[in-house]
Amino acid sequence: MRIKFQQSLDELKERLLVMAGLAEQAIQRSIEGYSARDVAMCHLVLRSEPAINELEREIDQKAVDLLAMEQPMAVDLRFILAVLRINVDLERVGDQAVNIAQRAQEMTLLPEAELPVDIPRLASLAEAMVRRALQAFIEGDAELAQSVLQLDDQVDEMNNAAFKSLSLLIQQKPEVTPQALSALIIAKNLERIGDHATNIAEDVIFWVVGADVRHGVSLADA
Amino acid sequence: MGVEINVETLNAWYEDRHILHGISLRLGANRATALIGPSGCGKSTFVRCLNRMHETSPGARATGSVHLGELDIYRDASPVEVRRRVGMVFQRPNPFPTMTIFDNVASGLKLNGVRDKRVLEEVVEYSLRQAALWDEVKDDLRRKSGASLSGGQQQRLCIARALAVDPEVLLMDEPASALDPVSTAKIEDLIFQLKSRYTIVIVTHNMQQAARVAEQTGFFLDGRLVEFGATQTMFMRPSDKRTEDYITGRFG
Repeated sequence: MRIKFQQSLDELKERLLVMAGLAEQAIQRSIEGYSARDVAMCHLVLRSEPAINELEREIDQKAVDLLAMEQPMAVDLRFILAVLRINVDLERVGDQAVNIAQRAQEMTLLPEAELPVDIPRLASLAEAMVRRALQAFIEGDAELAQSVLQLDDQVDEMNNAAFKSLSLLIQQKPEVTPQALSALIIAKNLERIGDHATNIAEDVIFWVVGADVRHGVSLADA
Repeated sequence: MGVEINVETLNAWYEDRHILHGISLRLGANRATALIGPSGCGKSTFVRCLNRMHETSPGARATGSVHLGELDIYRDASPVEVRRRVGMVFQRPNPFPTMTIFDNVASGLKLNGVRDKRVLEEVVEYSLRQAALWDEVKDDLRRKSGASLSGGQQQRLCIARALAVDPEVLLMDEPASALDPVSTAKIEDLIFQLKSRYTIVIVTHNMQQAARVAEQTGFFLDGRLVEFGATQTMFMRPSDKRTEDYITGRFG
């Protein structure tokens, strides 16, 4: 039993979960900032970005050190490769949250407008995808990870519907174009968060069963 | 050229100790196959059965069949003939210490009755070139003894000695375990080059080495072949939990 190596793997997992917590918190706060037109909340999101970036570098370094020093194989190698990729996705989730917070902050300077898009609902779906992908990572559960992939279609559909309804609104009420465009961009940010959750779920499947299910390849065919 | 080795239901004993239990596998021609497993798992015994060296130990015997191409080495060939066709390199380089470099390489040929000086010279040069040692020793062939070379050079000398009798298979029992990383890299490069001409079987405790040099890998445990397949699959996604436990160091 390689005790030190196992401890290092546990530490790596723990640090990634801290990173995941920060990224999840950033999404929640950015949506709260949008819904409540809360500038202070948006600022909190912007201020959390350096910590996420710093953690990304730390996790990256730990993973690369383990690859170089321990020369892992099989499930351990797959785990470290998965962590490296999930790390990148979580950092980008953080970036998307920052984008949402910036847009929400700008929207507070504009008059409030009635927009035909349910951003909180779209956000809760994207958040659920991230949470479920991370739960699959915590439990090493490939089936749970697989279920995340199916949710991505719903997020895409909601984003497409938002695009159509907001485009129509811009034609009908040009005076709310800035608000509609901001909402459109936020919906797109949330759709991207769903994509990152999908990537994380795919990486969990790769780690647990060694199958590459990216780009629509089913688990049975991988 | 290399030849396929087809092993069927191979069992081996030392006295009443049953060492190998019904091993069956095919070692592809002109491919390198790595055999891995914990100490005492039977991988070296298995390799020694492939050139009938196992039976030279007191109380040792084997049953089952080993085919080199069409030839059943236990039924249709003498041990001497088998060992000419299946060369072997050991963990510690073992050149004949009192012989010159030239005589070390030529020894197998001389034992087989080759006396023609020109033939001997040609084969020695060819074998040393194949073993990537020629440039380093060509000026000292008859002046220096095999024992005067460095450990890595001695191991390549032993490879040249094995190649000189024109085998089809090269068995290597931990050929780099006593060597430094530079010499190890040379042996691994050599394996890569040699497999276009020979079938290579390498026993190793070094997982990374197995991953680097072999297309196929077999995992032995307690005298049984647990898993055999493409090296990449074995090290990335082994199908047997015992293989995974071994290669990830979770054993015991």
